[in-house]
Amino acid sequence: MDNIIEVRNAVYEYVDEDVVKRAVDNVSFSIERGSFTVILGHNGSGKSTLAKLLNGLLKPTDGDIFVDGINTKDEETEIEVKRKVGMVFQNPDNQLVASVVEEDVAFGPENLGLHPSVIRKRVDDALNSVGMYEYRESTPHRLSGGQKQRIAIAGIIAMEPSCLILDEPTAMLDPKGRKEIVSTLRKLNKEKGITVVLITHYMEEAEKADRVMVMNDGVIIDDNTPKEIFKKVEVLKSVGLSVPQTTELLYALKQNGFNISTDVLSVEETANAIAYCLEEE
Amino acid sequence: MLRDITFGQYIETKSPIHKADPRVKMVLLILVVVLIFLAQSMYGLLLSLAFVSMVVLVTKIPLKTYLKNLKAVLPIILLTSIINMFYGDNDSGVLLEVWKLTITYGGLYRAVFMALRIVLLIIVSSSLTYTTTPNDLTDGIEHLLSPLKFIGLKSAVHTLALMMTIALRFIPTLVEEAEKIMNAQKARGADLESGSIIERIKALIPILIPLLISSVRRAYELAEAMECRCYNGGEGKTRMKQLKLTSVDFKIMAVTLIYGVAVVLINIIL
Repeated sequence: MDNIIEVRNAVYEYVDEDVVKRAVDNVSFSIERGSFTVILGHNGSGKSTLAKLLNGLLKPTDGDIFVDGINTKDEETEIEVKRKVGMVFQNPDNQLVASVVEEDVAFGPENLGLHPSVIRKRVDDALNSVGMYEYRESTPHRLSGGQKQRIAIAGIIAMEPSCLILDEPTAMLDPKGRKEIVSTLRKLNKEKGITVVLITHYMEEAEKADRVMVMNDGVIIDDNTPKEIFKKVEVLKSVGLSVPQTTELLYALKQNGFNISTDVLSVEETANAIAYCLEEE
Repeated sequence: MLRDITFGQYIETKSPIHKADPRVKMVLLILVVVLIFLAQSMYGLLLSLAFVSMVVLVTKIPLKTYLKNLKAVLPIILLTSIINMFYGDNDSGVLLEVWKLTITYGGLYRAVFMALRIVLLIIVSSSLTYTTTPNDLTDGIEHLLSPLKFIGLKSAVHTLALMMTIALRFIPTLVEEAEKIMNAQKARGADLESGSIIERIKALIPILIPLLISSVRRAYELAEAMECRCYNGGEGKTRMKQLKLTSVDFKIMAVTLIYGVAVVLINIIL
């Protein structure tokens, strides 16, 4: 199996008021190239720290992380790791550098020292792939949150990374912006084959992922397909995650004695399941 | 009220001067300012007036807009003219004599001359900021300062340009944030508009402190995001946009040069 990221017994400790705390506690997993993985976790579960470990922004206190075979601890290949694993943060406002959209997207490729004509092409491609090409000459502060976040994603895509890590990219967006981002990510994953690791606490965004990991207290407590994960409503609730309304509804019906399958996710599937169940009765 | 603060004064009219290279515009502006000072005779100054009028016409920006910029410096213009009025040579004939002060025809001439010179300087300087976006100005400054890299200041030039870019990028963001904080403080009963000046300055403290804290937080996050975008202090960095001289630039240079030669000739002949 071809893995873009390998995490081996990674530990990350930090000191807070003289007390050593473990944000990530002996975690091991790997991310398959071209996959769409969602890491779910409540605030303070260590998921943001894990994200920063994956592209070398933070170095593990113990254990190793390999990106395409390169150890993130290696000082000399630091830039190489960041070029392979791009990272998008929560607040789009604090990621954009320039006041013209296309100049901001060009920032990454410019840092890589590419030829001006290559940069031009990459910027145009990146803006097209997030559907923001027609805004290339406008200024970010006139755009909506979702649009700004798409520009931030384009800025990373323009460096042509193999993997894209997003740390709660939708947390500051309205529902419309959230949908824009999730569908953009899905498109990038399907059409460009970019590996996506989406870190979030919105379970709806995990629906169509290949794989979902649930994090709590610095440990991965579950790692499975979305359908399997969503069946465990009790577990998810116990770690402070709210399950999608459809799952919640089916779960409640089942608990009250209806013979209904709880492994469907979308609204349509849920409606069908309920209709089917009623016919049977 | 904060929204009224515009950064830069760029006005889009799609004139040839708008399309010109910012480097050319900046260098030529410095040249023109020097030439206006060089023009010692009324003929030279009238020629400068003709040149500046032409610039105003070509930019397609109404004269009224230019004159607005004069309002702020009106006291300086008046003061300079009034002082100069008393410094004419007495040979030119006395116009007015009040107590110990004499105003001669020569003095009056000087006063008008000085006022016109300042007006021309301000109008021609405004033409740069009206026709060039802040981003282009930053680009131009970076390129013009680039010779400094030969004396080992390469990263300094790059850092300066990046600082200006980021400052421009964050002005609207911080204005928005300041507005939010002001509204939040007003909702808590803060009185920002009444009282003496000292009281009003004091009332700004609960706005400035949260703004400062959030700016530091933003800066930290921005630094991380820049690191993720392979920023390493600008070493080996290339630019997507390359500034190129076009025919417009050469035309503007030629016209300015002709004006320059004419001013020098007038100075020599007269």
